[in-house]
Amino acid sequence: MEKPLTQYINPNRPALHLKEYERVGGYSALRKALTMAPKDITNMVQEADLKGRGGAGFNTGMKWSFVPMDPDIGTKYLIANADEMEPGTFKDRLLMEGNPHQLIEGMIIAAYAIQANVSFIFLRWAYKKAARLLEQAIAEAYDAGYLGRPMGSTGYQLHLHLHTGVGRYICGEETALLNALEGKRATPRLKPPFPQISGLFGRPTIVNNVETLCNVPHIVNNGPDWFKALSNSGDAGTKLYGVSGRVKTPGIWELPLGTPMDQLLEDHAGGMQDGYRFRGALPGGASTDFLVTEHLKINLDYKSVASAGSRLGTGTMVVLDDRTCPVGFVHNLEHFFAQESCGWCSPCREGLPWTEKILRSIEDGRGTIQDLEILEQHTIQLGPGRTFCALAPGAMEPLQSALKYFREDFESHISQKKCPWR
Amino acid sequence: MAQIHIDKESYDVKNGKNLLETCLSLGYQLPYFCWHPALNSVGACRQCAIKVFKDEKDTRGRIVMACVEPVSDGLHLSVADPEASAFRSQNIEWLMTNHPHDCAVCDEGGSCHLQDMTVMTGHAYRRFQYPKRTHHNQYLGPLVHHEMNRCIQCYRCVRFYKDYAGGKDLDVFAAHDHVYFGRAKEGILESEFSGNLAEVCPTGVFTDKTLHTHYTRKWDLTMAPSVCQHCSLGCNIIAGERYGSLRSITNRYHEAVNGYFLCDRGRYGYEFVNHPSRIQHPNVRGRQVSGKELYTTLQDLLTSKNWIGVGSPRASLEANFALRKLVGDQNFYQGVSKVEADLLQRILHMTHSGQIHQPSLQEIEQADLVLILGEDPTHSAPRMALSIRQAVRNIPLQQTASTHIPAWHDVAQREYIQDTKGPLYIAYPVASKLDELASYTLHDHPDVLAAFGFDLAQAIGDDPLGDQNEPTLLRNIAEALLKAERPLIVTGTSLISHNILEAAWAIAMALKHQNKNASLSFILPSCNSAGLAYMEAEPLEVLMKSAKQNGISGAIVLENDLYRHYDALELDQFFESLEDIIVLDHLEQPTTAQATVTLPAATFAETSGTLVNNEGRVQSFYQVYMPKNEDIRPSWQWLTELYQIKIGLTPDLLYPSTPLLEELAASLPQFAGIGAHAPTFGLNGQKIPREPHRYSGRTAMLAHIAVSEPRPDQDELSPFSFTMEGSRGFPPPPLTPYYWSPGWNSNQALNKYQIEVGGALAGRHAEVNLFAMASTIPYPTKKGGVNQSQSVIQNATTHTFELLPITHIFGSEELSGYGDAISKLAPAPYFAINKQEASRLSLQPGVDIHLRIGKQTYPLTVQIGQELPAGCAAIPYNIPPLTGITWPAQGTLIPTTP
Repeated sequence: MEKPLTQYINPNRPALHLKEYERVGGYSALRKALTMAPKDITNMVQEADLKGRGGAGFNTGMKWSFVPMDPDIGTKYLIANADEMEPGTFKDRLLMEGNPHQLIEGMIIAAYAIQANVSFIFLRWAYKKAARLLEQAIAEAYDAGYLGRPMGSTGYQLHLHLHTGVGRYICGEETALLNALEGKRATPRLKPPFPQISGLFGRPTIVNNVETLCNVPHIVNNGPDWFKALSNSGDAGTKLYGVSGRVKTPGIWELPLGTPMDQLLEDHAGGMQDGYRFRGALPGGASTDFLVTEHLKINLDYKSVASAGSRLGTGTMVVLDDRTCPVGFVHNLEHFFAQESCGWCSPCREGLPWTEKILRSIEDGRGTIQDLEILEQHTIQLGPGRTFCALAPGAMEPLQSALKYFREDFESHISQKKCPWR
Repeated sequence: MAQIHIDKESYDVKNGKNLLETCLSLGYQLPYFCWHPALNSVGACRQCAIKVFKDEKDTRGRIVMACVEPVSDGLHLSVADPEASAFRSQNIEWLMTNHPHDCAVCDEGGSCHLQDMTVMTGHAYRRFQYPKRTHHNQYLGPLVHHEMNRCIQCYRCVRFYKDYAGGKDLDVFAAHDHVYFGRAKEGILESEFSGNLAEVCPTGVFTDKTLHTHYTRKWDLTMAPSVCQHCSLGCNIIAGERYGSLRSITNRYHEAVNGYFLCDRGRYGYEFVNHPSRIQHPNVRGRQVSGKELYTTLQDLLTSKNWIGVGSPRASLEANFALRKLVGDQNFYQGVSKVEADLLQRILHMTHSGQIHQPSLQEIEQADLVLILGEDPTHSAPRMALSIRQAVRNIPLQQTASTHIPAWHDVAQREYIQDTKGPLYIAYPVASKLDELASYTLHDHPDVLAAFGFDLAQAIGDDPLGDQNEPTLLRNIAEALLKAERPLIVTGTSLISHNILEAAWAIAMALKHQNKNASLSFILPSCNSAGLAYMEAEPLEVLMKSAKQNGISGAIVLENDLYRHYDALELDQFFESLEDIIVLDHLEQPTTAQATVTLPAATFAETSGTLVNNEGRVQSFYQVYMPKNEDIRPSWQWLTELYQIKIGLTPDLLYPSTPLLEELAASLPQFAGIGAHAPTFGLNGQKIPREPHRYSGRTAMLAHIAVSEPRPDQDELSPFSFTMEGSRGFPPPPLTPYYWSPGWNSNQALNKYQIEVGGALAGRHAEVNLFAMASTIPYPTKKGGVNQSQSVIQNATTHTFELLPITHIFGSEELSGYGDAISKLAPAPYFAINKQEASRLSLQPGVDIHLRIGKQTYPLTVQIGQELPAGCAAIPYNIPPLTGITWPAQGTLIPTTP
């Protein structure tokens, strides 16, 4: 089983520095890419069907193809979204701490494909180690001439800057990220226009997730067919799957896209800890719907998870066990989402704190049956299209599925006027 | 055009609009908060949810926000859809979770957009069981009151204040349900347009602080359409009264003039009307006189003396003409200095020539290049500065065409163009707020600025487009002017410089010779400067001279403090030489102090009148209320009575004002046709009520005096009734006393008065513009002498400076300066020189000095104005005590004795 993304990541050894990275074939994809026409790289990535690994799952090559390629268009930007703040998600951290040059190489190729000359890594504030390693790697790449200087016969050159955020979840939303990078309030933007047309400072811009970009060198080196063959499913490539919660060996693994859920939980995460039973899991981070026992057999690819009523999201699973109160679990999540609402649109700004307060009050034994009705209304009224961005609809996914699968737990809180787990 | 289908009804609508404005224009009741016709769409509040369908067979549809959804041909949508409607109601419930239940004590109550929208969606009962979040409020200065707990976070305030008006000190802070709209630190709002926050805010976060001191609900106000008296632009306002005092000024929309916004001088300048030093009774030689005795006294005076009349640029055409009629045209003088009269005369000759177009503010907003020569519009015509701020976006916005970003998509437009600005060139002696937008600024002596203008005209004449030589700055600007499609030149009288005017004219004419039609906007000193100048009268200098020669024994001064226009010592001598002086004015002021007879004159709120603005537009303000004190009468009425007394008739109190305007038109051909500027009749054969139908307390408000309701005041002179009686409907725009429509109690009922939301008002008659008529009507041959050159101090002695008059929004205009709030904002009299001059004289900023100008000495505080040329000092124009200075002027520093 090939693990292109993590093959050179060893948790017990420091990240590869430039020479080591080059020795194992690093930057060969870049050299190859520079011999290709930008358009051909975009086509290749599109054909490889590399879906965005940040959660939305949009075809990356197609996203690039919307960038205007008129040579007179002026400044364009390529941005790596490394603001990994989805609760339960830690996959990009592994990639950046484990092999920063892989990301840089992916970024240079992506930037070349869209002919952007300036790029940024927008890094989560808390990722101090990644920041240090990326800074070193960027400096090495500048010294080696991969950045900051015209490369080869193409004359193409790229500048890369590391930008560390201040720790706001909304900055993971690509347009809020752009505003934050411009020094504005981190509120999302109304689309269209999409960033490909008017992005950073109003210029054509591509924002890609770290994991997405890390795949790019491998696609360039090995071709679309190889990439598709990595997968067990209709979705191409491998995926970093993570598991957290009360499993025996929580962690992160690079597996073929479409690995079955029970296989991930049992073979890789080691099954539930002794004395704990599986009750459900959020398959792709905090803003995805619960999957429960009946779903254990499904394959973890975009389509299969969607047909089970959830989303693959970031592919990092949070497991709920039988000794943890689901109401408290969801309350914790809604507290996070309410706090991380940017305050731009009314439903999210006012609706999320309301759900959080209700959940708190149910958890404290002060809830009423009418509260469940209000919560259910919120799961509908905070749905996609009604709010400005996907934050509140995402926040409603664990809540709506908890109300569906764990309703008796909510009701027992209300009838017993206390949390049965406390 | 596109055909759309709303709830099964089909409509032909305009392309390029969003669905919210389209639905509102079609009369649908669709609630909204963050969208504003002048600020466009951002999609933040999520209130205008509707459902759109893929096609006519689609029954599920999807919820979208109407304000960010474009019109497209064949679109099916539903406003009434139960899901959309439930979401709108839910959205209000969310907003209400933190909105206090303080409507009863909130200044916005009864004119609150949030109240209206809440009722519209049907949300009534509270389900939210938890504490509301609270905020601390800030002191924002004397104009705007802050009450953050009421905020529904629609972001309109910052979008207006920062994005639209260029303010820097109001912002949004924090996040999630704690977002806070205010200043980083408490303090006076710096923008000259801060008062608009009260109208832009859909609820009671930002309210009018001056109204707060004498609060009245909108429904309890007696209101009339009015015209701002505080600069030459003639912004349309609504003035409201209760219990005999003027309570507030709000914006009255005029699509070609002020649009949705006013400046703070215009909004808050009204306080002089309620000032404690209002003249309340006729006074003859220190004795209050009334009734028959007054008439006998006046009759004696009028028949026994040789009278002259002094008009006023801040009095109406009617009042000025009534005075002219009383004293005779040969004895009627403009109440301004010769230099001001000459400047105006020259401007009228320019406008009269019909060569160059005088633009409206709406046209200024459309300009694609602006050149400001010798003015700082932020201070001399503030509302124009707001228009110029929009104009500089026009060129960058042209680039959005290729991106398909629609015109209503505010955030995307601003994002796309970033900080790029269209060409704006500013030439003014000191730095100005608009400088931050300028492509080029020149700060220098007015004659240097004028020389720059003449050079530019020359460069335009040389046709820089065909010139192969090395480009220079001048040629670049000339080229930009020639390339612009709608170039605009702004100039005016602020610097009291003929050379500035001539230079601006030369540029416009040079462009015309290159077949380029530029607009030229003149900023004038006062609200009726153009109207008065059109009356062909001599200035004060001529009056002084002829007073000595012709044995004049009496002067009648109309609504004018001559000490604002003329040297105090000479005026003292002049007044001393007279036997009697009759002064008609609102307030006690230096000229009334010289009067032997003072007659209390009604303010703009207490009578009607007509003004001519800086573009020649003729507009009327209408009486709001009848002063309870019968001694306060309109000047035109006093003067007409005096005329009747003089010719031996019994004074007739109900002499209507309209015939005065007709007489004016008949006696001075340049005013021909002036009466047609506004309808003189009401609606449906009835009067238009000044009071809304919810006006309360009518039978009780005077019950402490007598329980029977007194007979209401009758208005025989205007199309209005003073009460609730009459025909409401939609009066023609010049006669709209307030905006109200069922379900729309706030100012946003304006939507219902427009043909299309955000566009022209319905039912507007043709307006009258004196400048536009000018080229067809022979202009009087009398020509003001034009000073071709000004004295410039060539060799500044160590202590003598040439003085430059710097106009200030607060303080430089007389009447607004009497207001409580505005007087707090006026600058203390200063003396500004550059750093080198200051260090040469060892003067530190903040030090008090004495400056001698002419024969007078003034105590002033030193300021540094780094851009000022050597040998020049800036002083605030017409802020007491620096009034009546003879321009051009120089000042000498007097060593202070310790």
